[in-house]
Amino acid sequence: MSVRANYANYRGPVRDRVENFHGNQLVYVMWERHLLFCAPLTFLADPAMTFDAFLAEVLTPALAPHPESEALDFAEAQWRLDGEAFTPRGDASLADNGIGHKSQLRLITPRLSDLADAAI
Amino acid sequence: MNAKTSKRLNMKERYRIMTRDLGWEPSYQRYEDIFPQEGFEGIKITDWDQWEDPFRLTMDNYWKFQAEKERKLYAIFDAVSQNNGQMKISDPRYLNAVKLFITAVTPLEYNAYKGYARVGRQFGGVGARIACQMQSIDELRHTQTQIHAMSHYNKYFGGMHDFPHMFDRVWYLSVPKSFFEDASTAGPFEFLTAISFSFEYVLTNLLFLPFMSGAAYNGDMNTVTFGFSAQSDEARHMTLGLEIIKFILEQHEDNVPIVQQWLDKWLWRGYRLLSIVGMMMDYMLPNKVMSWAEAWTMYYEEAGGALFKELERYGIRPPKYADQTVIGKDHVSHQAWFIFYQYGHATAFNTWVPTAQEMDWLSEKYPDTFDRLYRPRFELLAEKAARGERFYNDALPQLCQVCQIPLAITEPDDDTLLSHRDTVHDGERYHFCSDGCRDIFHHEPEKYVQAWLPVHQILQGNCGGADMEKVIGDYYRIEMGEDNLDFEGSAEQRRWAAWKQAV
Amino acid sequence: MSRVFIALQDNENARFIVEAIGEDNPEAEVKHSPAMIRVEADDRLVIRRETVEEKLGRDWDTQELQVDMISIGGNVDEDDDSFTLYWNS
Ligand SMILES: [Fe+2]
Ligand SMILES: [Fe+2]
Ligand SMILES: [Zn+2]
Repeated sequence: MSVRANYANYRGPVRDRVENFHGNQLVYVMWERHLLFCAPLTFLADPAMTFDAFLAEVLTPALAPHPESEALDFAEAQWRLDGEAFTPRGDASLADNGIGHKSQLRLITPRLSDLADAAI
Repeated sequence: MNAKTSKRLNMKERYRIMTRDLGWEPSYQRYEDIFPQEGFEGIKITDWDQWEDPFRLTMDNYWKFQAEKERKLYAIFDAVSQNNGQMKISDPRYLNAVKLFITAVTPLEYNAYKGYARVGRQFGGVGARIACQMQSIDELRHTQTQIHAMSHYNKYFGGMHDFPHMFDRVWYLSVPKSFFEDASTAGPFEFLTAISFSFEYVLTNLLFLPFMSGAAYNGDMNTVTFGFSAQSDEARHMTLGLEIIKFILEQHEDNVPIVQQWLDKWLWRGYRLLSIVGMMMDYMLPNKVMSWAEAWTMYYEEAGGALFKELERYGIRPPKYADQTVIGKDHVSHQAWFIFYQYGHATAFNTWVPTAQEMDWLSEKYPDTFDRLYRPRFELLAEKAARGERFYNDALPQLCQVCQIPLAITEPDDDTLLSHRDTVHDGERYHFCSDGCRDIFHHEPEKYVQAWLPVHQILQGNCGGADMEKVIGDYYRIEMGEDNLDFEGSAEQRRWAAWKQAV
Repeated sequence: MSRVFIALQDNENARFIVEAIGEDNPEAEVKHSPAMIRVEADDRLVIRRETVEEKLGRDWDTQELQVDMISIGGNVDEDDDSFTLYWNS
């Protein structure tokens, strides 16, 4: 469908084009069923950064407040990227892994404690 | 003519003379040039004279009754300030609901004033124009009386000092702001469907009635008084909302699918917006009147049910995804409070873990969800806080492109999985909290691609740079340690204790 | 069948209006909550000027109801002698 406007060819500016992020891009991460984080998280990242660096420098500090974060082993984790099963290559860049601007990653880990019952 | 008889001119006659007879047929300008926005939405009006105003209120009586309401209202404001009304509230945590109100709701009243002034100009029918004019003036009155009511508290409490500035900038206030701007940038008929019908008729009861009753129950005379005074105008606005919908539907059958799509959209948008009210009721009122789930049952399921049964005759069905709101009523207030709790460093009010007694009340009101899902979370947070690690989430949340709420609401059929939808439009990916919000985007993508999402704006560097302390302090004007953070150990808590000792 | 309702501020006027409603609508149900009185009925509720005037002991204009009313559910029909809420369905 298309907007019904008071004049022809109405379009608003695309406010979150990647060009507006000064060489970076957005990446969202949802740690599935770990609801201590109320929502998936939004990160600003350099598309040339490796996936491993993204995990170590960006994601790990953000997940630190979770009681299970210390025992979290990314090697055991499963991933989904924009709704599809995904096997990341740790030494390849985000871009080369196909992680685009405003892609959403889902992190799925085996539960490590009884916090699982309440999906914390 | 005898003055007594003219005064006794019956209501219908008086309304005809003082309203309908003020209009005229244009003779040297084209109708479409005078009312250029009446047609573009596709709504067909064949006869404006069918418009009914059941209150038949004329301008002279309008001023008379409004003046009466104001006299009563300001007498109470005076009494409250002369009697140190700020000390009569149940608990200083209560005031945080008032802070949220003046930053989130009062600016909507001002937007409503502007909106009705604008759309009133766009209708060919004089009855509709007059009704919009009165409502516009009412909404300005609501803005002013709310500011006056809360200015008394502003002398004693933080978080209220910069409410119009905050409304334009602060992340969570983009939720009500974008809601209203969506309506204001629509055509005049969609605006009335959105605000007069969906919001005022169907949903404002949920905001004003339980919340204002709650204010009374928590000793806040100013709020209950302005609330009910505003609500007395609202009863008239609600009636206008129902009449406009019936009028549009009766005018032409082609209007039915257009209105149905608007109802689907605006009831979903309103439902999402009201999660904040749910949180106020369940978490921010120390003395509780009813739970959000009870209010939803009473005012949406029961009152709304009667309404949609009435509209069936026009070919209108209940709004899409209404079933999801019924599932959601047991979750949204908890999920919303949980957002504010963890981003409580970026709020212009205090947040807290509910007391043991409050949690028991929540268990009782939410037997299927609270103990299973939410109590364990609050207990963990309380433990963390007791160890001196009060949890503040330093990473920014992912927001819905349409409602702008963090994606913190769970799937209708899986309450441990966050609900998320996405779509690619013109090569760009967009994310949503629900099917409802995604449908709204798909219907008018050109409109929502331009959403000003606070998280993305911060990350583009448009909110004063990358340092969150600067964003919160300088860009939002939330004073660190004064307006925000946990209630425990807050400036409000300290001041309250000192005042209580002094009494 | 659907419920109509009117909510009034819990004040001096409303006390008499509610009394009048009770007399004219014996089936109506009155519910009190802090600062507010809600009156509900099946399908139809009528407020008659004459009855209200009798209770208040003074002249009363049906439009005066607007000063004390907080909310309503149902279609409205108002004239000089009465104020009616109703559902058609
Ligand atoms: Fe208002
Ligand atoms: Fe209103
Ligand atoms: Zn949404």
